[in-house]
Amino acid sequence: MELDSLYQEVILDHYKHPLNKGLSDTYGAQVHHINPSCGDEITLNISAKDGVITSITWDGVGCSISQASVSIASDLLVNKSFQEADSILQEFTELMQSKGTKEGNPDVLEDAVSLAGVSKFPARIKCALLGWMAFKDAAVRITTTNRGE
Amino acid sequence: MSFNVADIRKDFPIFERTIRDGKKLVYLDSGATSQKPLSVIEAESNFYKFNNAAVHRGAHQLAEEATDAYEGARSKVANFLGATVDEIVFTKNATESLNLIAYAMGNAQPGSRFEVTSKDHIVVTEMEHHANLIPWQQLAARTGASLSWFEVTADGRLDLSKIDSVITENTKVVALTHQSNVLGTINPLAAIVKRAHAVGAVVVLDACQSVPHMPIDVTKLGVDFLTFSGHKAVGPTGVGVLWSSVLAELPPFLFGGSMIETVTMTSATWAPAPRRFEAGVPNMAQAVGLGAAIDYLSAIGMDAIFKHEVDLTGYLIDGLLAIPELSIVGPSNTDARGGSVSFTVGQIHPHDLGQYLDSQGVAVRTGHHCAWPLTRKLGVPATTRASLYLYNDESDCDALFTAIMGAQKYFA
Repeated sequence: MELDSLYQEVILDHYKHPLNKGLSDTYGAQVHHINPSCGDEITLNISAKDGVITSITWDGVGCSISQASVSIASDLLVNKSFQEADSILQEFTELMQSKGTKEGNPDVLEDAVSLAGVSKFPARIKCALLGWMAFKDAAVRITTTNRGE
Repeated sequence: MSFNVADIRKDFPIFERTIRDGKKLVYLDSGATSQKPLSVIEAESNFYKFNNAAVHRGAHQLAEEATDAYEGARSKVANFLGATVDEIVFTKNATESLNLIAYAMGNAQPGSRFEVTSKDHIVVTEMEHHANLIPWQQLAARTGASLSWFEVTADGRLDLSKIDSVITENTKVVALTHQSNVLGTINPLAAIVKRAHAVGAVVVLDACQSVPHMPIDVTKLGVDFLTFSGHKAVGPTGVGVLWSSVLAELPPFLFGGSMIETVTMTSATWAPAPRRFEAGVPNMAQAVGLGAAIDYLSAIGMDAIFKHEVDLTGYLIDGLLAIPELSIVGPSNTDARGGSVSFTVGQIHPHDLGQYLDSQGVAVRTGHHCAWPLTRKLGVPATTRASLYLYNDESDCDALFTAIMGAQKYFA
């Protein structure tokens, strides 16, 4: 059924066994993002060295889509340069806005392609983007405060 | 007349469509907005087709007909609530009605009973919809008044045990919901009204979840203001009602055409209520549609609708409680409670549950239901809410039960 395109096995796996959940003691930037329409919340820490993201940890409450998506993002974007992370984020955002017309490039997005089905459910796109927008905000903060260099 | 849901459903064109590849529409989200009978849809469109003109202006037949239709709708609302026509103000929705009261109080002259200063005090409750919380927060912020609230007990009732210390000698307004949109709790008003009036405060009642579902007589409630939205009462969107017995003393909120008595280049005076509160060309077609909605509900009878919903709420609660790991958030019996039933199901997030239910044709609301402080207080990040109306029956509840159990398997 249509629902299975939303709730891929990979997503439910990440939801039940999230990666990088639990906030690091130290960080270069910390952000707290909420989805005001449903109350989902995510706190996200990032650290970076020499322009490369060295750690992404997070904690939060929310639906399977928001929690799996931040788990996937935290795994995918770590050890990338800010530039690489930004281009991955852009590709993921385009996938979310594709209304089901794109499958996503697994070479770039890896597990995040499993979220492609979300783009057919307009109400859930914000869920999938919550962690990524938190990451984007944290990346801006850490680079503007020069703590990523 | 026996209550015949099958016949009622025939009046609502939307039930002719299907959901998600041919599934029957099981609409359990009337707490957010109700569906509309054909008579309401036609009343609104017929106004545009046959009578459209700006009310209270124009020296022509259409203007007369439009004014008659619009003022006729006001009479219908007044009769429905046991009020008089000059006590009924049409607004955009209940949110605007509540903001109107809060802003008008903020505009009150020094010495007026409505004046709110830094010495004054505003009371709300923990179970308010954001629409009956934030306007008062903001009035407090603008005036320096203090804000306090009645707490909610673990079983979803208002804690009135400290009523004399919550409502103080300085309290100017007590704003509360008649029926919680999350918990379904119907709040007792007598003690609150008595205490509020004893200290000279006015009582503002958010009746969004009660007026559509039960007989209301404002002369018996004792409150000073009552608000509701047309769209939750089988009426159109874009029209709400503010009822008050003290409008004559209240200054205006929005200024412009229609609401004046005289105007010079430097000053203006105000028309009497209700026109003082209806600046600009109003939502005429929507008000007329609301009139048709009230005709529709009245023909069935609010007593019959209320009884049907209480019976069905009992069936809904019993069926939900029989599902393993399901917890109801709010009263788990039908004493002083309406047909909004919120619940959680084990570890399944409400957003995921709602998505699964949708895949089965079952429409519910998930999230904090615009009552974030309440869900926080109850210790749940979000809930799923099924809300009933006159067009629901036991088969809708059964579809919900089956779908919830399906979700438990799906997300196991």
